[in-house]
Amino acid sequence: MKKSTATSDWILFIAFSAVVLSMPIWLAPFGANYPDLMQKFAIFGVFAIGFNILFGLTGYLSFGHAAFLGVGSYTAVWSFKLLTMNVLPAVVFSILVAGVFAYLIGFISLRRSGIYFSILTLAFAQMSYNLAYSVLTPITNGETGLQLSLSDARVLDSMVGISTGRSLPSTTLFGTKMSGLPGFYFCAIALIIGFFIALRITRSPFGTMLRGIKSNQTRMSYTGLNTRPYLIWAFVISGMYAGLAGSLLAVTDPLAGAERMQWTASGEVVLMTILGGAGTLIGPVLGASLIKYFENIFSAFNQGTLNQAFAALPDGIQSVVVDVVSLFVGEGWHLTLGLLFMITVIFLPGGIMEGIRRIAGLFSRRKDKPSTGAAGTVAEQS
Amino acid sequence: MDALILQILNGLDKGGAYALIALGLTLVFGTLGVVNFAHGAIFMVGAFCAVTLQKVLTISTKVRDESVTLFEAYKEVPILEAKFPVVGAVIVDYSVPLAIIFAIPVMLLLGLLMERGLIRHFYKRPHADQILVTFGLAIICQEIIRHYFGANPIPQSAPEIVAGSANIGAFLGLGDNVVYPWWRLIYLMFSFLVISGVFAFLQFTTFGMVVRAGMQDREMVGLLGIDIQRRFTIVFGLAAVVAGLAGVMYTPILPPDYHMGMDFLVLSFVVVVVGGMGSLGGAVLAGFLLGILQSFASMNEIKSYLPGIDQIIIYLVAVVVLLVRPRGLLGRKGVMED
Repeated sequence: MKKSTATSDWILFIAFSAVVLSMPIWLAPFGANYPDLMQKFAIFGVFAIGFNILFGLTGYLSFGHAAFLGVGSYTAVWSFKLLTMNVLPAVVFSILVAGVFAYLIGFISLRRSGIYFSILTLAFAQMSYNLAYSVLTPITNGETGLQLSLSDARVLDSMVGISTGRSLPSTTLFGTKMSGLPGFYFCAIALIIGFFIALRITRSPFGTMLRGIKSNQTRMSYTGLNTRPYLIWAFVISGMYAGLAGSLLAVTDPLAGAERMQWTASGEVVLMTILGGAGTLIGPVLGASLIKYFENIFSAFNQGTLNQAFAALPDGIQSVVVDVVSLFVGEGWHLTLGLLFMITVIFLPGGIMEGIRRIAGLFSRRKDKPSTGAAGTVAEQS
Repeated sequence: MDALILQILNGLDKGGAYALIALGLTLVFGTLGVVNFAHGAIFMVGAFCAVTLQKVLTISTKVRDESVTLFEAYKEVPILEAKFPVVGAVIVDYSVPLAIIFAIPVMLLLGLLMERGLIRHFYKRPHADQILVTFGLAIICQEIIRHYFGANPIPQSAPEIVAGSANIGAFLGLGDNVVYPWWRLIYLMFSFLVISGVFAFLQFTTFGMVVRAGMQDREMVGLLGIDIQRRFTIVFGLAAVVAGLAGVMYTPILPPDYHMGMDFLVLSFVVVVVGGMGSLGGAVLAGFLLGILQSFASMNEIKSYLPGIDQIIIYLVAVVVLLVRPRGLLGRKGVMED
């Protein structure tokens, strides 16, 4: 039994890697195979996987995860400014700093559970956001956002004699510029590593412990187990993922702004995870990619393109249709998102992954109906 | 001393808004057991009721401008004013207070619709689901408003007669330094009025008594043959009206824009948690308390000691209260303590 799980996990992992790495090929028919967008898929995939380790496994709903994303971005940009344009130190520092930050916040927030935990994380994220905008301006550069400049020190770069010349340097990995496709592959590798770690965590005793906390924390405590360290570690790990995602954002585009820490950004990652399926491995990545994909497509529409699209319709109907549709696209993309989100929560609390499972179950049940008929009705009732 | 009084007043009007929204939030939580993240959106919709009414009242027509004699000049004048010069002008001037009358049925309807259409399916679902679905609803409300009213704040004006400032200092015999906008005073009075109205309604009417009994033990009240569900639905509508009115009256203080609901929601939630989930008195107390604290924190004297404190004070207080006193200031024992 155990062996077969391990094998299927390896198959899952290899399939996942293959799908992610071949994105530039199979996304071409969707018109989504340009690097900027694929980088977003990978980065927010990392973010959502990390969020899922906390929310999906332990059931603790954090409404402040964007704070760690922001911290990661700031750390990465500072590493570019002070040390080197090489991305590896930036990524490592971001993960570490976000981890420490998450430990501090988690240590306090995890004293409470349920809605209070959500409010506490929200409060901390809002504090970070407000401070980044006001008092911490020397570190965060306030509203303008933190950017590279020509006068940056870059100690390590100047030690090995890389001079930037007159133009702003770009982020590199030992000489390879981290923009375009190479940038995507860097993010994709990060996503695959992140996925692998998440897979291992989910299958490990630690992951089982976390799921135990989700299903019945009281009972876990009654068995003499102190759940707090597990929760804190889950929180820290998921904060580190967020830090990694933040640093990747800075790698692909070296600037960092406070708006990344706002609570609506935290809401977005919640959305991605729920839409894909909280508690599943693939779900969060799927949700993140779908949201980013549709965001990209929907927000590109405007009145003109709509008029063109519905030009075939008679005049009166055309204007009505365009009016209705324009509610949902372009600027109104968030309306679609909200609607989609509500529908998911109401009808498919398990997200897309549950939908897939249900459809698959429909087919498999039809195939061997006589034998599992009773089990099928039980499943329907539950 | 002058500065002190001024800061307290400053805090009170903001606290009034917090208290009104938090009151509805905690009322809904106490009765239906639902965590409503769309409550801020209701506040915002209320504010846009005022905007809508003002827009409707000032639908304009072109009228010959008599003051220009050299050529034929036209100016835009609200139809109301053109048709009924005296009464029309007064009505346009008083559009914000009049919006209260307009907003009450609208908000009641919205609240009832929301409860019947969505919230009631979520009684038995976990709090996380309730938060998520109402969060989605809030996004939808806010985007619809943005679609029709645009992203920019729309300034509203208070009636001419209260546009100026009140010289409170002279009234209290403290000198002329304490001046305060009339409208903010009115807002303060208004929030006191609404809050006491809600409390009186719950305390002194049969309906309120049943609702309070239902909050204590819903099942028992149900067994006595009372349709407690219907009353709770009405309470939800009432909470929506309270938040909506808070929004209507707040428009002259803060020009409404589509994301004001979210901004206030986060703060009001903090207020509710500080006051104690499900505790009405706690929500009101914490609302005013946090409003005053916030305005004190934004005094320059304090800011120079603790830079940035004005930005985080409310959240800081919330964190401390949640950790030190898990059920909030006035929370009932055993209600959502874990």
